[in-house]
Amino acid sequence: MKPLLDSLIARFGITDPGLTLGVYATGMVVFCAIVLMGFVAPAAGIISFIERRIAARMQSRVGPNRVGPQGVIQWVADGLKCLLKEDLIPTEADHLLFRIAPYLVFIGMFGAFVVIPFGSSLVIADLDVGLFYLLGITSLVSVGLIMAGWASNNKWSLLGGMRAAAQIVSYEIPAGLSLLTVILFAGTMSVQGVIRSQGWAPHTWLMFQNPFLFASYFIFFTAALAEGNRTPFDIPEAESELVAGYNTEYSGMRFALFFLAEWANLYIIGAVSAAVFMGGWQLPPGVPDAVRPVAELLLFLGKSSIGVFLAIWVRWTFPRLRVDQMMEVCWKYLIPISFANVVGTAVWMVFLPKGQLPASAASFVMVALAAFLVVLFVRRVRMNLRESDMPIHLNPFV
Amino acid sequence: MTPEEIHSLLAETFPDDVLAWDPSAKDPFVVIRPDGTPGVMRFLKEDPRTAFDFLDNLSGVDLGERLCVVYHLFSFAHRHRFVVKVEARRDDPRVPTAALIWRGARWFEREAYDLIGIQFVGHPDLRRIMLPDDWEGHPLRKDYVYPTHYAGIDNRREYD
Amino acid sequence: MAEIKTEEMVLNMGPHHPSTHGVLRFILKTDGEIVHECLPDVGYLHRSIEKIGELMTFQGFVPYTDRVDYVASMNSNLAYCTAVEKLAGIEVPRRAEFLRILVCELNRISSHLIAVGALAMDVGAVTPFPYALRERERINDLLEEVCGARLTYNYIWIGGVSFDATPGWLDKILHFVETFENIIPEFNRLISGNKIFVERLRDVAIVPREMAIDYSLSGPNLRASGVDWDLRRDEPYSIYPELEFDVPLGHGECGTVGDSYDRFIVRVREMEQSCRILRQCIAKFPHDQPDFRAKVKTVKPPPGEVFVRTEAPRGEQGYYLISDGTAKASRVRIRTGSFTAMAIIEEIAVGCMIADVIAIIASLDVVAPEIDR
Repeated sequence: MKPLLDSLIARFGITDPGLTLGVYATGMVVFCAIVLMGFVAPAAGIISFIERRIAARMQSRVGPNRVGPQGVIQWVADGLKCLLKEDLIPTEADHLLFRIAPYLVFIGMFGAFVVIPFGSSLVIADLDVGLFYLLGITSLVSVGLIMAGWASNNKWSLLGGMRAAAQIVSYEIPAGLSLLTVILFAGTMSVQGVIRSQGWAPHTWLMFQNPFLFASYFIFFTAALAEGNRTPFDIPEAESELVAGYNTEYSGMRFALFFLAEWANLYIIGAVSAAVFMGGWQLPPGVPDAVRPVAELLLFLGKSSIGVFLAIWVRWTFPRLRVDQMMEVCWKYLIPISFANVVGTAVWMVFLPKGQLPASAASFVMVALAAFLVVLFVRRVRMNLRESDMPIHLNPFV
Repeated sequence: MTPEEIHSLLAETFPDDVLAWDPSAKDPFVVIRPDGTPGVMRFLKEDPRTAFDFLDNLSGVDLGERLCVVYHLFSFAHRHRFVVKVEARRDDPRVPTAALIWRGARWFEREAYDLIGIQFVGHPDLRRIMLPDDWEGHPLRKDYVYPTHYAGIDNRREYD
Repeated sequence: MAEIKTEEMVLNMGPHHPSTHGVLRFILKTDGEIVHECLPDVGYLHRSIEKIGELMTFQGFVPYTDRVDYVASMNSNLAYCTAVEKLAGIEVPRRAEFLRILVCELNRISSHLIAVGALAMDVGAVTPFPYALRERERINDLLEEVCGARLTYNYIWIGGVSFDATPGWLDKILHFVETFENIIPEFNRLISGNKIFVERLRDVAIVPREMAIDYSLSGPNLRASGVDWDLRRDEPYSIYPELEFDVPLGHGECGTVGDSYDRFIVRVREMEQSCRILRQCIAKFPHDQPDFRAKVKTVKPPPGEVFVRTEAPRGEQGYYLISDGTAKASRVRIRTGSFTAMAIIEEIAVGCMIADVIAIIASLDVVAPEIDR
């Protein structure tokens, strides 16, 4: 990249050091944006395809399997279709806001990818205030949604936009407080710093360090689902009630942008929870250095897929909460519990300092507890399968 | 109570309103005077011996010379049934409403008004229910002429 | 503090929307999310079936009765044919009665599957609907085998049924019942006990017993409000006097008696009872009697009238027939359960939220063809 920028500077004969720095900076930014777009857009598309397949298998049907082998280029076909559709803007709609809204949503989501570390040196910008920046940039999404709801000049879209506003703004608080417990414990707001404060083994992950952080993980996951308008919190885009809520009047690529943002947001939920709570890209020490970056990347992608799968699973199992129930869950349950988590973590840190025996023993106990819960879950699943007596098709490539 | 007993109870309570009684039909029915409808119906609903709290069906019927409203009543307390008919003149079909007695009658009467054209006097919200609000005519009448136009659009087909 | 002046918002939940109950329109006057007034506007599916009844012969009208409630059309067929048979004095052979009840109870199960699946989907859980449809497909295969159609069967004719059971059909029904009785608990584990689902439906649109009776509600809606009344048991027709089954009532197990959750769970339990009825019918089936249709040429009932009610999945379906001695009826009046259920929405939706209105419509299990005919 640097030689290319150097040749550019020589061509235009730029000697001013400030300007040179500007060219370097702009060049790097453009390059990073292109690389990131090259990851985010296909990732969103692939996640949309995976979601449809998983949803279908959960509903005892097959899902898209025609376009390409096993339907793997379905998302390309959908994207092309959206590009080719007529771009319809209702006459009475507020044209400027109508056009801006999808971009704001997209920027809010895309900006969050900047701080997500895919490896020990694979991060666009390891900001010192990484987690704080994350919370801030994702708030742009709510601005975009309200704009979309208002600009559509449609009462149902307005309702969807209002609901979205209330929901996203409310659920910022539990999400932020859960991340606050992490920041307290790790001592830094930078995402790479949080990952480096963990290790590769489960008992070093932040999730298992103390019960308050364990609870924080689930609260963060729930609040992130609500931020991303995923069921059970998908009232703003409730299909059977509002057609598509704030999306109703959008068609073609603008519509696709909203959904791109939603699927990419799904990845962010998985990625942030994996990075911050589950050790991120930390590898065991025995991996050779040549392979290290790729291995870290794959491990991180794998861990974030767990979060993505959980979100998809939850979406296709649960009904949606009503607006007042959703607000009640946030304000009456999640926020007091997250405050308790913050205080509890602080108290824990005072009485059981890191590095000493009681704290490490506690983390082993937490891991054992989590493993026990997983075992209970597996047993329950097997009991369900036995009782329903139905043929089970585990082959995903039906 | 058997239908005969209910009829004799009605005949002694409302002697002027009971016009006819047909015990030989598969569902024996009584015909009452239109003006007496609210009194008779309220009696049938509230008197503890009859206690007809369930309006099973309210039909509008075009009998040719007259229009008729047929009420099928049922009582959950006594598990007995009864049929009441009210006949109205064809040119001015007005029958007092039963919607204030059984709330289920509201929509039944709206439908009878819409399709047969019987005006239910005292109904809280008598407007068309199935057909558009600007429809002309009452289709279930025997002398209904199928309209050739709707909202200015000709709906007759041309056959070559 | 000065009062902020607010206006009511008038929303149109138009005839064209993804909720699965047909073409229904509601005009909602809301204050934000809370509904102040909910006016149903019906008639989008009015096909003047009652007028057609006066133009067709009695036998020719049977396919039209399919379309009165196309989700459970065997029961509509049965109601009409029972009414005509009572009017004309036609006796139905015993084998035909058993075939009729077999298909009607199968259709009751498939209709309730749609009802509970659509309710779950309207409330947000998409997965139970394909599960319900999967079972409905198996029922459709059974019914297609016996009459050739998957939705509007035209199977129950005046005097009996149109085709006899194919060899092995009864065994297939038995196999279906045996597997289906395991599916209902799986369905319950998926959605009926789900906390979010219960919270969405409990105490929503409580219909007390007196209101249910006053509004002429019938069927599962009436039983969910606590009224112990089932035409199959209390005024039996066909071979129901010989069959033994329970009648599930709403007990307010997750809220008050008569709320939406009761209407949902009554339907789930009725499916279990229908399985019981199917087993008994198969066990008592008269294999030795070959007649499945009475020999009827032209149906010309003597002048008179009759009102026959049957227990259809959506309520009480009644046919009030007036005959003037000719081959065509003088008046066919169809009284359906969804009509009165739709009438009650106007009153019970007040004070609920917009999301609740959808849940109420779905829990009452209204289908537009029954309302409009």
